[in-house]
Amino acid sequence: MLTTAPPAVEILGAEKTYPSGTRALLPVNLAVQRGEVVTLLGPSGCGKSTLLNLVAGLLTPSAGEVKVWGNDRGTSAAPAASDVSFVFQEATLMPWARVEANVRLPLDLQGIARAEADVRVNDALRLVGLEKFAHAYPRELSGGMQMRASIARSLVTEPTLLLMDEPFGALDEITRNRLDDELLRLRRQRDLTVIFVTHSIHEAVYLSDRVVVMTARPGRVVDELAIEPSLPRDEAFRVSTEFAAYAKRLQDALLAASSNADEALT
Amino acid sequence: MKRVLPPALVALVLLGLWQWWVTAFEIPVFLVPSPARIAQTLVADWALLSAALLVTLKVTFLSLVCAVVLGVAVAFAFVQSRWIETAFFPYAVLLQVTPIVAIAPLIIIWVQSPTLSLVICATIVAIFPIIANTTLGLRSVNRGLVSLFRMNGASRWQMLIRLRVPSALPYFFGGLRVASGLSLIGAVVAEFVAGTGGTGTGLAYQILQAGYQLNIPRMFAALALIAATGVLLFVLMGWLSHRALGGWHESARPADGAL
Repeated sequence: MLTTAPPAVEILGAEKTYPSGTRALLPVNLAVQRGEVVTLLGPSGCGKSTLLNLVAGLLTPSAGEVKVWGNDRGTSAAPAASDVSFVFQEATLMPWARVEANVRLPLDLQGIARAEADVRVNDALRLVGLEKFAHAYPRELSGGMQMRASIARSLVTEPTLLLMDEPFGALDEITRNRLDDELLRLRRQRDLTVIFVTHSIHEAVYLSDRVVVMTARPGRVVDELAIEPSLPRDEAFRVSTEFAAYAKRLQDALLAASSNADEALT
Repeated sequence: MKRVLPPALVALVLLGLWQWWVTAFEIPVFLVPSPARIAQTLVADWALLSAALLVTLKVTFLSLVCAVVLGVAVAFAFVQSRWIETAFFPYAVLLQVTPIVAIAPLIIIWVQSPTLSLVICATIVAIFPIIANTTLGLRSVNRGLVSLFRMNGASRWQMLIRLRVPSALPYFFGGLRVASGLSLIGAVVAEFVAGTGGTGTGLAYQILQAGYQLNIPRMFAALALIAATGVLLFVLMGWLSHRALGGWHESARPADGAL
Protein backbone atom coordinates (compact mmCIF):
# COMPACT_ATOMS: atom_id res chain seq x y z
CA MET A 1 0.00 0.00 0.00
CA LEU A 2 3.03 2.27 0.25
CA THR A 3 2.84 3.07 -3.44
CA THR A 4 -0.69 4.40 -3.17
CA ALA A 5 -0.70 8.17 -3.49
CA PRO A 6 -3.03 10.04 -1.15
CA PRO A 7 -6.32 11.02 -2.74
CA ALA A 8 -6.51 14.59 -4.04
CA VAL A 9 -9.27 15.36 -1.60
CA GLU A 10 -10.42 13.38 1.39
CA ILE A 11 -13.49 14.50 3.29
CA LEU A 12 -13.95 12.63 6.56
CA GLY A 13 -17.26 13.29 8.25
CA ALA A 14 -17.00 17.01 7.58
CA GLU A 15 -20.10 19.00 8.41
CA LYS A 16 -21.06 22.64 8.70
CA THR A 17 -23.43 24.17 11.19
CA TYR A 18 -23.58 27.95 11.34
CA PRO A 19 -23.57 29.74 14.71
CA SER A 20 -27.24 30.58 14.07
CA GLY A 21 -27.95 26.84 14.27
CA THR A 22 -28.59 26.40 10.55
CA ARG A 23 -27.31 23.01 9.44
CA ALA A 24 -25.86 23.81 6.04
CA LEU A 25 -24.30 20.39 5.57
CA LEU A 26 -24.69 17.06 7.35
CA PRO A 27 -21.52 14.93 7.73
CA VAL A 28 -20.03 14.03 4.35
CA ASN A 29 -17.54 11.31 3.49
CA LEU A 30 -16.00 11.64 0.07
CA ALA A 31 -12.66 10.90 -1.55
CA VAL A 32 -11.64 12.39 -4.89
CA GLN A 33 -8.80 10.59 -6.64
CA ARG A 34 -6.08 12.33 -8.56
CA GLY A 35 -7.18 13.22 -12.08
CA GLU A 36 -10.85 12.64 -11.39
CA VAL A 37 -13.65 15.04 -12.33
CA VAL A 38 -16.28 14.87 -9.61
CA THR A 39 -19.49 16.84 -9.87
CA LEU A 40 -21.58 17.92 -6.92
CA LEU A 41 -25.14 18.01 -8.25
CA GLY A 42 -28.17 19.27 -6.40
CA PRO A 43 -30.77 22.00 -5.97
CA SER A 44 -30.15 25.35 -4.30
CA GLY A 45 -29.44 25.06 -0.60
CA CYS A 46 -28.16 21.48 -0.74
CA GLY A 47 -24.78 22.53 0.65
CA LYS A 48 -22.78 21.88 -2.52
CA SER A 49 -21.17 25.30 -2.44
CA THR A 50 -20.59 24.92 1.28
CA LEU A 51 -18.79 21.65 0.64
CA LEU A 52 -16.66 23.26 -2.05
CA ASN A 53 -15.80 26.15 0.25
CA LEU A 54 -14.72 23.66 2.91
CA VAL A 55 -12.34 22.06 0.42
CA ALA A 56 -11.10 25.51 -0.63
CA GLY A 57 -10.38 26.39 2.98
CA LEU A 58 -12.69 29.40 2.74
CA LEU A 59 -14.86 27.79 5.43
CA THR A 60 -13.79 25.57 8.30
CA PRO A 61 -15.87 22.48 9.12
CA SER A 62 -17.81 22.47 12.39
CA ALA A 63 -16.75 18.86 12.81
CA GLY A 64 -14.80 16.31 10.81
CA GLU A 65 -11.81 16.73 8.58
CA VAL A 66 -11.01 17.93 5.07
CA LYS A 67 -7.68 16.87 3.61
CA VAL A 68 -6.24 18.16 0.36
CA TRP A 69 -3.28 16.17 -0.96
CA GLY A 70 -3.03 14.56 2.46
CA ASN A 71 -2.81 17.86 4.36
CA ASP A 72 -5.48 18.73 6.85
CA ARG A 73 -7.31 21.90 5.90
CA GLY A 74 -8.83 22.45 9.30
CA THR A 75 -5.68 22.52 11.41
CA SER A 76 -4.11 25.55 9.80
CA ALA A 77 -5.81 28.91 9.57
CA ALA A 78 -3.65 29.49 6.51
CA PRO A 79 -5.52 30.09 3.29
CA ALA A 80 -5.56 27.55 0.50
CA ALA A 81 -2.23 26.43 -0.87
CA SER A 82 -1.19 27.62 -4.27
CA ASP A 83 -1.88 24.23 -5.84
CA VAL A 84 -5.62 24.73 -5.39
CA SER A 85 -7.57 27.20 -7.53
CA PHE A 86 -11.13 28.33 -7.24
CA VAL A 87 -13.43 29.44 -10.06
CA PHE A 88 -16.43 31.44 -8.88
CA GLN A 89 -20.02 31.53 -10.05
CA GLU A 90 -19.37 34.79 -11.80
CA ALA A 91 -16.19 35.74 -13.60
CA THR A 92 -15.26 37.92 -10.58
CA LEU A 93 -12.71 39.96 -12.49
CA MET A 94 -11.39 43.29 -11.28
CA PRO A 95 -13.19 45.75 -13.57
CA TRP A 96 -10.41 48.34 -13.29
CA ALA A 97 -7.70 45.98 -14.49
CA ARG A 98 -7.10 44.71 -18.00
CA VAL A 99 -7.46 40.98 -18.70
CA GLU A 100 -3.72 40.49 -18.53
CA ALA A 101 -3.49 42.11 -15.07
CA ASN A 102 -6.48 40.11 -13.86
CA VAL A 103 -4.86 36.85 -14.87
CA ARG A 104 -1.58 37.94 -13.32
CA LEU A 105 -3.13 38.77 -9.96
CA PRO A 106 -2.56 35.45 -8.15
CA LEU A 107 1.10 35.47 -9.21
CA ASP A 108 1.52 39.06 -8.01
CA LEU A 109 -0.05 38.23 -4.65
CA GLN A 110 2.20 35.20 -4.28
CA GLY A 111 5.26 37.26 -5.16
CA ILE A 112 6.28 35.36 -8.31
CA ALA A 113 9.09 37.08 -10.24
CA ARG A 114 7.99 39.26 -13.13
CA ALA A 115 9.76 37.39 -15.92
CA GLU A 116 8.34 34.06 -14.86
CA ALA A 117 4.90 35.59 -14.36
CA ASP A 118 4.96 37.04 -17.90
CA VAL A 119 5.51 33.58 -19.35
CA ARG A 120 2.81 31.97 -17.25
CA VAL A 121 0.27 34.69 -17.96
CA ASN A 122 0.84 34.35 -21.69
CA ASP A 123 0.54 30.58 -21.46
CA ALA A 124 -2.70 30.79 -19.52
CA LEU A 125 -4.20 33.31 -21.94
CA ARG A 126 -3.24 31.16 -24.93
CA LEU A 127 -4.71 28.11 -23.23
CA VAL A 128 -8.17 29.72 -23.09
CA GLY A 129 -7.81 31.51 -26.43
CA LEU A 130 -7.74 35.04 -25.06
CA GLU A 131 -4.23 36.07 -26.12
CA LYS A 132 -5.68 38.71 -28.47
CA PHE A 133 -7.68 40.26 -25.64
CA ALA A 134 -4.89 40.60 -23.08
CA HIS A 135 -5.24 44.38 -23.05
CA ALA A 136 -9.02 44.58 -23.03
CA TYR A 137 -11.01 45.59 -19.99
CA PRO A 138 -13.41 42.95 -18.63
CA ARG A 139 -16.51 44.94 -19.59
CA GLU A 140 -15.38 44.84 -23.22
CA LEU A 141 -15.68 41.04 -23.20
CA SER A 142 -18.74 38.83 -23.54
CA GLY A 143 -19.88 36.73 -20.58
CA GLY A 144 -18.24 33.63 -21.99
CA MET A 145 -14.96 35.41 -22.61
CA GLN A 146 -15.01 36.85 -19.10
CA MET A 147 -15.42 33.31 -17.78
CA ARG A 148 -12.45 32.20 -19.88
CA ALA A 149 -10.38 35.00 -18.37
CA SER A 150 -11.48 33.78 -14.96
CA ILE A 151 -10.39 30.24 -15.86
CA ALA A 152 -7.06 31.54 -17.17
CA ARG A 153 -6.57 33.27 -13.83
CA SER A 154 -7.27 30.01 -11.99
CA LEU A 155 -4.80 28.08 -14.16
CA VAL A 156 -1.99 30.62 -14.01
CA THR A 157 -0.79 29.27 -10.67
CA GLU A 158 -0.54 25.82 -12.27
CA PRO A 159 -2.87 24.20 -9.76
CA THR A 160 -3.33 20.45 -9.43
CA LEU A 161 -6.83 20.81 -8.00
CA LEU A 162 -9.47 23.01 -9.56
CA LEU A 163 -12.62 23.87 -7.60
CA MET A 164 -15.45 25.27 -9.69
CA ASP A 165 -18.64 26.69 -8.20
CA GLU A 166 -21.33 26.70 -10.92
CA PRO A 167 -18.94 28.56 -13.19
CA PHE A 168 -21.04 28.44 -16.35
CA GLY A 169 -24.46 28.81 -14.72
CA ALA A 170 -25.05 32.32 -16.01
CA LEU A 171 -24.08 31.58 -19.62
CA ASP A 172 -26.23 30.57 -22.56
CA GLU A 173 -26.33 26.88 -23.37
CA ILE A 174 -24.17 27.01 -26.49
CA THR A 175 -21.40 28.92 -24.71
CA ARG A 176 -21.74 26.63 -21.74
CA ASN A 177 -21.35 23.49 -23.85
CA ARG A 178 -18.28 24.94 -25.52
CA LEU A 179 -16.70 25.83 -22.20
CA ASP A 180 -17.50 22.33 -20.89
CA ASP A 181 -15.49 20.94 -23.80
CA GLU A 182 -12.65 23.33 -23.10
CA LEU A 183 -12.62 22.31 -19.47
CA LEU A 184 -12.27 18.66 -20.43
CA ARG A 185 -9.41 19.54 -22.79
CA LEU A 186 -7.63 21.59 -20.11
CA ARG A 187 -8.09 18.79 -17.65
CA ARG A 188 -6.27 16.39 -19.99
CA GLN A 189 -3.54 18.89 -20.86
CA ARG A 190 -2.86 19.94 -17.28
CA ASP A 191 -3.58 16.63 -15.54
CA LEU A 192 -6.15 18.41 -13.36
CA THR A 193 -8.32 17.08 -10.60
CA VAL A 194 -11.63 18.91 -10.71
CA ILE A 195 -14.52 19.31 -8.29
CA PHE A 196 -17.36 20.93 -10.16
CA VAL A 197 -20.57 22.24 -8.62
CA THR A 198 -23.63 22.46 -10.83
CA HIS A 199 -27.39 22.20 -10.77
CA SER A 200 -27.51 21.02 -14.38
CA ILE A 201 -27.98 17.27 -14.76
CA HIS A 202 -26.75 17.34 -18.35
CA GLU A 203 -23.61 19.24 -17.50
CA ALA A 204 -22.93 16.80 -14.66
CA VAL A 205 -23.24 13.74 -16.93
CA TYR A 206 -21.14 15.30 -19.66
CA LEU A 207 -18.24 16.42 -17.51
CA SER A 208 -17.95 13.87 -14.77
CA ASP A 209 -16.22 10.68 -13.91
CA ARG A 210 -18.45 10.61 -10.88
CA VAL A 211 -21.56 12.54 -9.89
CA VAL A 212 -22.34 13.12 -6.22
CA VAL A 213 -26.05 13.79 -5.75
CA MET A 214 -26.98 16.15 -2.91
CA THR A 215 -30.26 17.37 -1.52
CA ALA A 216 -31.49 20.27 0.59
CA ARG A 217 -33.12 20.80 3.99
CA PRO A 218 -30.71 19.90 5.43
CA GLY A 219 -27.90 19.74 2.88
CA ARG A 220 -26.50 16.24 2.52
CA VAL A 221 -25.12 13.66 0.09
CA VAL A 222 -27.75 11.13 -0.98
CA ASP A 223 -26.34 9.24 -3.93
CA GLU A 224 -23.35 8.71 -6.16
CA LEU A 225 -23.12 7.69 -9.79
CA ALA A 226 -20.04 6.80 -11.82
CA ILE A 227 -20.05 7.73 -15.50
CA GLU A 228 -18.21 5.27 -17.74
CA PRO A 229 -14.94 7.10 -18.50
CA SER A 230 -14.38 5.29 -21.81
CA LEU A 231 -17.38 7.04 -23.37
CA PRO A 232 -16.13 9.76 -25.73
CA ARG A 233 -17.23 13.23 -24.59
CA ASP A 234 -18.47 14.80 -27.80
CA GLU A 235 -21.67 16.02 -29.43
CA ALA A 236 -22.70 12.44 -30.19
CA PHE A 237 -22.48 11.59 -26.50
CA ARG A 238 -24.93 14.38 -25.65
CA VAL A 239 -27.67 12.69 -27.71
CA SER A 240 -26.72 9.06 -27.02
CA THR A 241 -28.93 6.59 -25.18
CA GLU A 242 -26.24 6.12 -22.52
CA PHE A 243 -26.32 9.85 -21.84
CA ALA A 244 -30.10 9.80 -21.53
CA ALA A 245 -29.94 6.81 -19.20
CA TYR A 246 -27.44 8.52 -16.90
CA ALA A 247 -29.51 11.70 -16.91
CA LYS A 248 -32.63 9.69 -16.07
CA ARG A 249 -30.91 7.97 -13.16
CA LEU A 250 -29.71 11.29 -11.75
CA GLN A 251 -33.11 12.83 -12.25
CA ASP A 252 -34.74 9.96 -10.35
CA ALA A 253 -32.19 10.21 -7.56
CA LEU A 254 -32.85 13.94 -7.19
CA LEU A 255 -36.62 13.46 -7.23
CA ALA A 256 -36.51 10.61 -4.72
CA ALA A 257 -34.30 12.66 -2.41
CA SER A 258 -36.49 15.73 -2.55
CA SER A 259 -39.75 13.78 -2.02
CA ASN A 260 -38.17 12.03 0.98
CA ALA A 261 -37.20 15.40 2.34
CA ASP A 262 -40.75 16.69 1.86
CA GLU A 263 -42.15 13.68 3.71
CA ALA A 264 -39.69 14.21 6.52
CA LEU A 265 -40.96 17.75 6.86
CA THR A 266 -44.62 16.84 7.09
CA MET B 1 -20.27 69.86 -28.70
CA LYS B 2 -23.65 68.14 -28.36
CA ARG B 3 -23.45 68.60 -24.62
CA VAL B 4 -22.51 72.29 -24.75
CA LEU B 5 -24.81 73.57 -27.48
CA PRO B 6 -28.29 72.95 -25.98
CA PRO B 7 -27.60 74.57 -22.59
CA ALA B 8 -25.82 77.46 -24.34
CA LEU B 9 -28.90 77.99 -26.51
CA VAL B 10 -31.13 77.99 -23.45
CA ALA B 11 -28.87 80.55 -21.78
CA LEU B 12 -28.95 82.75 -24.86
CA VAL B 13 -32.74 82.68 -25.03
CA LEU B 14 -33.17 83.35 -21.32
CA LEU B 15 -30.68 86.23 -21.33
CA GLY B 16 -32.37 87.68 -24.42
CA LEU B 17 -35.77 87.52 -22.73
CA TRP B 18 -34.34 89.12 -19.61
CA GLN B 19 -32.74 91.95 -21.60
CA TRP B 20 -35.96 92.54 -23.52
CA TRP B 21 -38.11 92.52 -20.39
CA VAL B 22 -35.89 94.99 -18.53
CA THR B 23 -35.77 97.40 -21.48
CA ALA B 24 -39.39 97.06 -22.55
CA PHE B 25 -40.81 97.67 -19.07
CA GLU B 26 -38.11 100.15 -18.06
CA ILE B 27 -37.22 98.24 -14.90
CA PRO B 28 -34.98 100.47 -12.75
CA VAL B 29 -31.39 99.28 -12.57
CA PHE B 30 -31.42 99.20 -8.72
CA LEU B 31 -34.14 96.52 -8.88
CA VAL B 32 -33.06 94.27 -11.76
CA PRO B 33 -30.11 95.29 -13.93
CA SER B 34 -30.05 94.02 -17.50
CA PRO B 35 -27.57 91.33 -18.56
CA ALA B 36 -25.72 93.90 -20.64
CA ARG B 37 -25.41 96.16 -17.61
CA ILE B 38 -24.12 93.26 -15.51
CA ALA B 39 -21.55 92.45 -18.18
CA GLN B 40 -20.45 96.09 -18.22
CA THR B 41 -20.10 96.05 -14.45
CA LEU B 42 -18.07 92.86 -14.64
CA VAL B 43 -15.62 94.58 -16.93
CA ALA B 44 -15.61 97.91 -15.11
CA ASP B 45 -15.19 96.36 -11.64
CA TRP B 46 -12.98 93.53 -12.81
CA ALA B 47 -10.02 94.57 -10.66
CA LEU B 48 -12.14 94.48 -7.52
CA LEU B 49 -14.17 91.42 -8.44
CA SER B 50 -11.29 89.29 -9.72
CA ALA B 51 -9.36 89.92 -6.50
CA ALA B 52 -12.45 88.83 -4.56
CA LEU B 53 -12.90 85.82 -6.81
CA LEU B 54 -9.33 84.73 -6.11
CA VAL B 55 -9.94 84.90 -2.37
CA THR B 56 -13.11 82.81 -2.66
CA LEU B 57 -11.39 80.34 -4.97
CA LYS B 58 -8.52 79.99 -2.51
CA VAL B 59 -10.87 79.21 0.37
CA THR B 60 -12.89 76.82 -1.80
CA PHE B 61 -9.89 74.84 -3.00
CA LEU B 62 -8.17 74.74 0.37
CA SER B 63 -11.34 73.49 2.01
CA LEU B 64 -11.94 70.93 -0.72
CA VAL B 65 -8.39 69.62 -0.29
CA CYS B 66 -8.87 69.48 3.50
CA ALA B 67 -12.22 67.73 3.09
CA VAL B 68 -10.70 65.14 0.76
CA VAL B 69 -7.63 64.46 2.91
CA LEU B 70 -9.52 64.35 6.22
CA GLY B 71 -12.60 62.65 4.76
CA VAL B 72 -10.59 59.86 3.16
CA ALA B 73 -8.55 59.41 6.35
CA VAL B 74 -11.73 59.10 8.40
CA ALA B 75 -13.19 56.63 5.88
CA PHE B 76 -10.06 54.48 6.12
CA ALA B 77 -10.34 54.54 9.91
CA PHE B 78 -14.03 53.55 9.67
CA VAL B 79 -13.38 50.48 7.55
CA GLN B 80 -10.63 49.27 9.87
CA SER B 81 -13.25 48.27 12.41
CA ARG B 82 -17.00 48.30 12.74
CA TRP B 83 -16.54 49.50 16.30
CA ILE B 84 -14.79 52.69 15.20
CA GLU B 85 -17.46 53.32 12.60
CA THR B 86 -20.35 52.72 14.99
CA ALA B 87 -18.73 54.90 17.64
CA PHE B 88 -17.83 57.84 15.42
CA PHE B 89 -20.31 57.86 12.54
CA PRO B 90 -22.99 59.76 14.51
CA TYR B 91 -20.50 62.58 14.97
CA ALA B 92 -19.85 62.72 11.25
CA VAL B 93 -23.60 63.06 10.83
CA LEU B 94 -23.60 65.76 13.50
CA LEU B 95 -21.17 67.76 11.36
CA GLN B 96 -23.45 67.31 8.41
CA VAL B 97 -26.73 68.33 10.08
CA THR B 98 -25.51 71.33 12.08
CA PRO B 99 -26.11 74.47 9.99
CA ILE B 100 -22.79 76.10 9.25
CA VAL B 101 -24.20 79.61 9.81
CA ALA B 102 -24.81 78.58 13.41
CA ILE B 103 -21.24 77.46 14.12
CA ALA B 104 -19.37 79.88 11.86
CA PRO B 105 -19.43 82.83 14.32
CA LEU B 106 -17.88 80.62 17.00
CA ILE B 107 -15.14 79.38 14.71
CA ILE B 108 -14.42 82.92 13.57
CA ILE B 109 -14.04 84.02 17.20
CA TRP B 110 -11.84 81.06 18.09
CA VAL B 111 -9.56 81.04 15.10
CA GLN B 112 -7.30 84.05 14.64
CA SER B 113 -6.53 83.77 10.95
CA PRO B 114 -9.55 84.80 8.86
CA THR B 115 -8.60 82.56 5.93
CA LEU B 116 -8.14 79.57 8.23
CA SER B 117 -11.50 80.13 9.92
CA LEU B 118 -13.23 80.29 6.54
CA VAL B 119 -11.45 77.14 5.40
CA ILE B 120 -12.51 75.31 8.57
CA CYS B 121 -16.16 76.28 8.04
CA ALA B 122 -16.16 75.26 4.38
CA THR B 123 -14.41 71.99 5.20
CA ILE B 124 -17.09 71.12 7.74
CA VAL B 125 -19.71 71.68 5.04
CA ALA B 126 -17.89 69.68 2.37
CA ILE B 127 -16.49 66.72 4.28
CA PHE B 128 -19.55 64.53 4.83
CA PRO B 129 -20.13 63.24 1.30
CA ILE B 130 -16.45 62.32 1.09
CA ILE B 131 -16.60 60.35 4.35
CA ALA B 132 -19.91 58.66 3.56
CA ASN B 133 -19.14 57.75 -0.05
CA THR B 134 -15.57 56.63 0.52
CA THR B 135 -16.60 54.44 3.48
CA LEU B 136 -19.35 52.87 1.41
CA GLY B 137 -16.93 52.35 -1.47
CA LEU B 138 -14.24 50.77 0.66
CA ARG B 139 -16.85 48.35 1.98
CA SER B 140 -18.42 47.60 -1.41
CA VAL B 141 -15.92 44.98 -2.40
CA ASN B 142 -16.84 41.95 -4.46
CA ARG B 143 -16.90 39.01 -2.02
CA GLY B 144 -15.54 36.62 -4.61
CA LEU B 145 -12.52 38.84 -5.10
CA VAL B 146 -11.99 38.93 -1.33
CA SER B 147 -11.96 35.11 -1.32
CA LEU B 148 -9.56 35.08 -4.25
CA PHE B 149 -7.19 37.48 -2.49
CA ARG B 150 -7.38 35.40 0.70
CA MET B 151 -6.76 32.13 -1.12
CA ASN B 152 -3.61 33.61 -2.63
CA GLY B 153 -2.33 34.74 0.73
CA ALA B 154 -2.83 38.48 0.24
CA SER B 155 -1.77 40.67 3.14
CA ARG B 156 -4.12 43.23 4.68
CA TRP B 157 -2.14 45.94 2.91
CA GLN B 158 -2.41 44.25 -0.51
CA MET B 159 -6.12 43.80 0.07
CA LEU B 160 -6.46 47.52 0.82
CA ILE B 161 -4.33 48.90 -1.99
CA ARG B 162 -5.13 46.43 -4.74
CA LEU B 163 -8.77 45.71 -3.95
CA ARG B 164 -10.51 48.11 -1.60
CA VAL B 165 -9.07 51.36 -2.94
CA PRO B 166 -9.84 50.70 -6.62
CA SER B 167 -13.30 49.43 -5.68
CA ALA B 168 -13.93 52.65 -3.78
CA LEU B 169 -12.83 55.03 -6.54
CA PRO B 170 -16.19 55.41 -8.32
CA TYR B 171 -17.91 56.11 -4.99
CA PHE B 172 -15.18 58.53 -3.98
CA PHE B 173 -15.53 60.53 -7.18
CA GLY B 174 -19.30 60.69 -6.71
CA GLY B 175 -18.64 62.16 -3.27
CA LEU B 176 -16.02 64.52 -4.63
CA ARG B 177 -18.47 66.00 -7.11
CA VAL B 178 -20.94 66.81 -4.36
CA ALA B 179 -18.20 68.02 -2.02
CA SER B 180 -16.76 70.43 -4.59
CA GLY B 181 -20.08 72.26 -4.81
CA LEU B 182 -20.46 72.20 -1.05
CA SER B 183 -16.99 73.65 -0.47
CA LEU B 184 -17.92 76.65 -2.61
CA ILE B 185 -21.21 77.06 -0.74
CA GLY B 186 -19.35 76.70 2.54
CA ALA B 187 -16.78 79.30 1.52
CA VAL B 188 -19.46 81.80 0.54
CA VAL B 189 -21.72 81.21 3.53
CA ALA B 190 -18.84 81.40 6.00
CA GLU B 191 -17.73 84.66 4.46
CA PHE B 192 -21.19 86.08 4.77
CA VAL B 193 -20.96 85.48 8.49
CA ALA B 194 -17.35 86.57 8.80
CA GLY B 195 -17.53 89.38 6.26
CA THR B 196 -19.52 91.64 8.55
CA GLY B 197 -16.50 91.61 10.83
CA GLY B 198 -14.54 93.16 7.99
CA THR B 199 -12.14 90.26 7.64
CA GLY B 200 -12.71 89.04 4.10
CA THR B 201 -12.54 90.46 0.64
CA GLY B 202 -14.10 87.46 -1.11
CA LEU B 203 -17.11 87.49 -3.40
CA ALA B 204 -19.58 87.14 -0.53
CA TYR B 205 -18.12 90.24 1.08
CA GLN B 206 -18.49 92.09 -2.22
CA ILE B 207 -22.14 91.07 -2.39
CA LEU B 208 -22.71 92.35 1.15
CA GLN B 209 -20.91 95.62 0.43
CA ALA B 210 -22.72 96.14 -2.86
CA GLY B 211 -25.99 95.49 -1.01
CA TYR B 212 -25.26 98.20 1.55
CA GLN B 213 -24.44 100.62 -1.26
CA LEU B 214 -27.45 99.53 -3.35
CA ASN B 215 -24.98 98.75 -6.12
CA ILE B 216 -27.21 96.04 -7.54
CA PRO B 217 -25.33 95.48 -10.83
CA ARG B 218 -22.17 94.68 -8.89
CA MET B 219 -24.16 92.33 -6.67
CA PHE B 220 -25.37 90.47 -9.75
CA ALA B 221 -21.88 90.47 -11.24
CA ALA B 222 -20.47 88.85 -8.09
CA LEU B 223 -23.35 86.37 -8.08
CA ALA B 224 -22.63 85.48 -11.71
CA LEU B 225 -19.00 84.82 -10.83
CA ILE B 226 -19.99 82.49 -7.96
CA ALA B 227 -22.39 80.59 -10.21
CA ALA B 228 -19.77 80.29 -12.96
CA THR B 229 -17.24 79.02 -10.41
CA GLY B 230 -19.70 76.37 -9.25
CA VAL B 231 -20.35 75.18 -12.78
CA LEU B 232 -16.64 75.11 -13.58
CA LEU B 233 -15.92 73.11 -10.43
CA PHE B 234 -18.60 70.59 -11.37
CA VAL B 235 -17.21 70.21 -14.88
CA LEU B 236 -13.67 69.93 -13.56
CA MET B 237 -14.65 67.16 -11.12
CA GLY B 238 -16.51 65.34 -13.87
CA TRP B 239 -13.43 65.52 -16.05
CA LEU B 240 -11.19 64.28 -13.23
CA SER B 241 -13.52 61.39 -12.52
CA HIS B 242 -13.66 60.51 -16.19
CA ARG B 243 -9.88 60.54 -16.40
CA ALA B 244 -9.52 58.32 -13.36
CA LEU B 245 -12.28 55.84 -14.21
CA GLY B 246 -12.13 56.11 -17.98
CA GLY B 247 -12.14 52.75 -19.65
CA TRP B 248 -13.42 50.58 -16.89
CA HIS B 249 -16.31 52.07 -14.97
CA GLU B 250 -19.87 52.25 -16.25
CA SER B 251 -20.22 55.89 -15.21
CA ALA B 252 -17.29 56.83 -17.47
CA ARG B 253 -18.80 55.13 -20.49
CA PRO B 254 -19.99 57.21 -23.39
CA ALA B 255 -23.66 56.29 -23.25
CA ASP B 256 -25.85 56.47 -26.34
CA GLY B 257 -28.81 58.19 -24.74
CA ALA B 258 -28.10 59.72 -21.36
CA LEU B 259 -25.47 62.41 -20.84
